[in-house]
Amino acid sequence: MKRREVRWSDLLFFNSLRALALLIILVFISIFVFLYISSAETFNTIGWKFFILQDWSTNGGRFGALAFIYGTVLSSLIAILLATPVSVGSALFLTEIGPRVLRRPVQMLIELLAAIPSVVYGLWAIFVLAPFVKDHIQPVLRGMTPGLELFQGPPFGLGLFTSGLVLAIMITPTITAICVEVFRSIPLIYREGAKALGATTWETIRLAVLGPGLAGIFSAVILGLGRAMGETMAVTMVIGNRADISASLFSPAATMSSVIANEYGEASAGLHLSSLSAIGLTLLLVSMVVNGFARVVIWRVTRGAR
Amino acid sequence: MKIGQYININLAVTTLVGLIALMLSLRVLAATPVLLNGAGSTFVEPIYTKWFTEYQKIDSEVTVNYQGIGSGGGIRQLIQGTIDFGASDAPMTAEEEKSAKLPVIHLPMVMGAVVISYNLKVDKPIKLTGPLVADIFSGKITKWNDAKIAKVNAAMKLPDLAIVVATRSDGSGTTAVFSDYLAKVSPEWQGKAGKNVDWFKGSLGAKGNAGVTGLIQQTEGAVGYVELIYALENKLPYALIQNKKGEFIDASSRSVTAAAGGKVVDEMVKHQFKISITDSDAKGAYPISSFSWMLVFDGMDKDKGSKLLKLARWTMSDKAQALASDINYAQLPKALREKVLSQIDKVKTH
Repeated sequence: MKRREVRWSDLLFFNSLRALALLIILVFISIFVFLYISSAETFNTIGWKFFILQDWSTNGGRFGALAFIYGTVLSSLIAILLATPVSVGSALFLTEIGPRVLRRPVQMLIELLAAIPSVVYGLWAIFVLAPFVKDHIQPVLRGMTPGLELFQGPPFGLGLFTSGLVLAIMITPTITAICVEVFRSIPLIYREGAKALGATTWETIRLAVLGPGLAGIFSAVILGLGRAMGETMAVTMVIGNRADISASLFSPAATMSSVIANEYGEASAGLHLSSLSAIGLTLLLVSMVVNGFARVVIWRVTRGAR
Repeated sequence: MKIGQYININLAVTTLVGLIALMLSLRVLAATPVLLNGAGSTFVEPIYTKWFTEYQKIDSEVTVNYQGIGSGGGIRQLIQGTIDFGASDAPMTAEEEKSAKLPVIHLPMVMGAVVISYNLKVDKPIKLTGPLVADIFSGKITKWNDAKIAKVNAAMKLPDLAIVVATRSDGSGTTAVFSDYLAKVSPEWQGKAGKNVDWFKGSLGAKGNAGVTGLIQQTEGAVGYVELIYALENKLPYALIQNKKGEFIDASSRSVTAAAGGKVVDEMVKHQFKISITDSDAKGAYPISSFSWMLVFDGMDKDKGSKLLKLARWTMSDKAQALASDINYAQLPKALREKVLSQIDKVKTH
């Protein structure tokens, strides 16, 4: 009788955990299904060409996602390129080089940065970052690379580059915090071994910290990338919101999340609404592809390390 | 002890029954409250909130729950039948009206306007004509000292500065009113008006009145369009616009109300109030003026319908309209309010 009771509670526990796990999958599937159903009209009328059409005209009834995919990918790429060296560097400083007294306060400050709401970042970016880019960064970059289309463009202070910059600042705390954990988890004995072999501090870090921590750094960067791609508010405030693909990093652009935030509230025509849902679906798919790609890379890197 | 327990239980039960009876009787004594749900335009949210709180003092049975989710969202919810009334800064399209279950009646409530704000170091407001505004917002005039602008502002020294055009990136009634005006003053803009507009390449988009204002304040030489109330509250400079009569008009609640005067009243009645009044030919009218409408169903159920219509009648009173002008909305002209009242009387409930 007693044994039976134990089995019952075990079964209950097991099944309730299974239900909870299934719930998460169910939520994911229902989001997918919702987006698919609500974007059906777009895929029926425009078809797969939706992904490669650049034109987005609510008056003309022409809808294409390419300009937004471009904006999302490029602004996230800028963010990752700027944030990764800074984050890995500060994580190394916090775990390997910096004086012990500094570590805790600096780490707390970094964690505080991660807690700032994105709309605050956006406001700061409009009033501080954008004028700074306009007056100090853009003229310098333009002066250094005459004729290079990439750094030409109108002197607004708003656009892809500024949104990449604000995204970089927003994801730096995330990447740094994970890198710190990764580096801390590497056994001390690696470093002692390297030192014992006569390695300098730089060589020790390269061999005993960065080497074994590579997979961890990678997943930190991917998490940062995920946040950068989905970030809406701060980007919407500084990207300039034009569905254009331009060679210049300083011209206004738009991202997938910014166009949804901008237009969903007032969209009433069928195809427009449906195309916004289709963009949501695209964003979900792009995030899944990026995450999948990152998993493969991590898997290969760790297998190589062993 | 057992008896004591019994008494205790008995007491508890009696108290409970008594309380329930008391609550029930209180419910019967108070008249049944009516909850009206509305949603739509963010532009009217401040005045609607003010009106509905004020109206509770007159009729305590009516509670109104209004959500400013945007005109488009309000129309969407009205069509789906999830709300009792909508509010929109642009009239519904014929297609939208067709997809609603019941005929929709448009009732103008208050008026607003869109102003052209700019960042220029000039000592008095700049003057613009309709075609000039259209050319600036199509990217055709690119410098502030362009001969066409200088001709209208003869007494003013205009800087040799590039014009940076700031627009609304989010779909909005403000954009709808402004582009409707552009379509009336420039043949090129015809058929391109709406809540979302394809602005020319090289113009900037910002979210909300606040975003556009931020852009203008950040950039010397910038020009953009914002709601009049927002401009007044934030003390932004804005241009005088030439109206159909040839007068250069400063936007104010007076000049906006004037835009709905004269022949406009008869026009409104003829079109069941569903017309735009941008580029009005009334005297002293500010040309980029607009209505905000309350959208109600013809044939609502009696309980809610009669309360809602009574409330709508009240908003046409001098007192309610004065409340609106207290917070910078433009009142409806008296002649028009009479017509709206007779329209309300025609709405049926059952």
